[in-house]
Amino acid sequence: MAVTVRIPTPLQRLTDGQGEVQCEGSTVIELLSDLERRHPGIKERICDGDGKLRRFVNVFVNEEDIRFLQGDQTAVKSGDEVSIIPAIAGG
Amino acid sequence: MSYVLGLKCRECGRLYPKEVVFVCEYCFGSVEVDYDYDAIRRVFTTASLAQRPKSLWRYRELLPIEGEPTAGLSSGYTPFFRATRLAEALGVEELYLKDDSVSHPTLSFKDRVVSVALTRAKELGFDTVACASTGNLANAVAAHAARAGLKRYIFIPADLEMGKIIASLIYQPTLIAVEGTYDEVNRLCAEIGAKYPWAFVNINIRPYYAEGSKTYGYEIVEQLGWRPPQHIVIPAAGGSLITKIAKALKELRLLGLLGEGATKLHAAQAAGCAPIVNTIRERADIVKPVKPKTIAKSLAIGNPADGYYATKTVLESGGWADAASDDEMIEAMKLLAKTEGVFTETAGGVTLAVAKKLIDAGVIPRDESVVICITGNGLKTQEPLADRVGRAVRIKPTLASFESELAGQLAVASTNQ
Repeated sequence: MAVTVRIPTPLQRLTDGQGEVQCEGSTVIELLSDLERRHPGIKERICDGDGKLRRFVNVFVNEEDIRFLQGDQTAVKSGDEVSIIPAIAGG
Repeated sequence: MSYVLGLKCRECGRLYPKEVVFVCEYCFGSVEVDYDYDAIRRVFTTASLAQRPKSLWRYRELLPIEGEPTAGLSSGYTPFFRATRLAEALGVEELYLKDDSVSHPTLSFKDRVVSVALTRAKELGFDTVACASTGNLANAVAAHAARAGLKRYIFIPADLEMGKIIASLIYQPTLIAVEGTYDEVNRLCAEIGAKYPWAFVNINIRPYYAEGSKTYGYEIVEQLGWRPPQHIVIPAAGGSLITKIAKALKELRLLGLLGEGATKLHAAQAAGCAPIVNTIRERADIVKPVKPKTIAKSLAIGNPADGYYATKTVLESGGWADAASDDEMIEAMKLLAKTEGVFTETAGGVTLAVAKKLIDAGVIPRDESVVICITGNGLKTQEPLADRVGRAVRIKPTLASFESELAGQLAVASTNQ
């Protein structure tokens, strides 16, 4: 029941340099809690003091922005890929 | 000589060295260049400006490079002029156009940001540059990198206008057309950028890149005689230009170069992709992303990175926002061409259409000074105009054919005989 989570460069120091880690959970928020158990300190980087995703963090489940799904309650299953990506400029 | 102190997180204020840092490692906020304004004040004066080149590099001290500029030496300092015929059509007294549709060399304001980004990329030791683009940035990176002798990878949504594809390919970059929206291209590039040692101008060297947009603001003020206009109507895609025009005004004020008076900044987006306009009009704190559906492809960013700051900037200035339909933007493109002889792209149509709405709604009073930002060229986005601009009158190469086909018009015209 593992979900692949892609870790952005600024947070790879907390995952021993790994760009991808395996986590478990049935929703995005559960996945982030599991990520925190495996790599202590990472969740507070992604979520604010109230446990909500920070304003400038984008999370994608299988390439879809979770704000178009059910936010941090979006369901995930084994084999899914989750990307955590900082907001980026455009033009 | 550099006046850059370092990089600073816009959210939590953490400081970083002036290297390749683009988000705060702690809170993911974007980082911004911080300058030594006391030192700048001593050398950056209106008197000194008179001697400087007419390019964006005349504002060199306020741009984040260490040595001499190496890209975009002829970019910027584009035309700024009073638009009296358009003013009459819109029913306002004092209207100006800032016209980057003729920016050298790629006909959009993206020449500004890329000039700064590539100068800085070279300083940082990169030999390859890249970008995710809705078209104009692609053209600018492809052209400037060719001249700078850098390798270039350009990522665009596959459904871009032909004009923007050709105007990238001609410079021989590696052009990658991604089957998806711009937001999907951007997400992909964030992941590619994490893996390959390239300078992605709008990602890992974004803090330097984005500063180039300030020159659009400096020029408006300088070309207006150091007087701040009362209103500036600005197109919004990712939202960065709005924040950088605001920063330009703030810096000039700090340096004692800006005359009295406040400027209201107004945001313009297409109705089919208006996440920033929605947030401003709801005075909301969170920008809800949208799935873009508009012919204004250069503004089709559904998940605007600077949406939050653009919203704050507009509301703090006392400005407002509106959105234009596809039809309204085409009519505005035609109006601009017909009254002022300027052929802008769909994004310029959006900006003018929104300016008109804000004037009609009384948000912009008819007796106050207004600047409309024209940021791109219409030759690049011809597709939506094909059936909307009339047709040429087709004739045989004879005087008789000419006179019979144009009989109606010639009846009122005089001849030499």
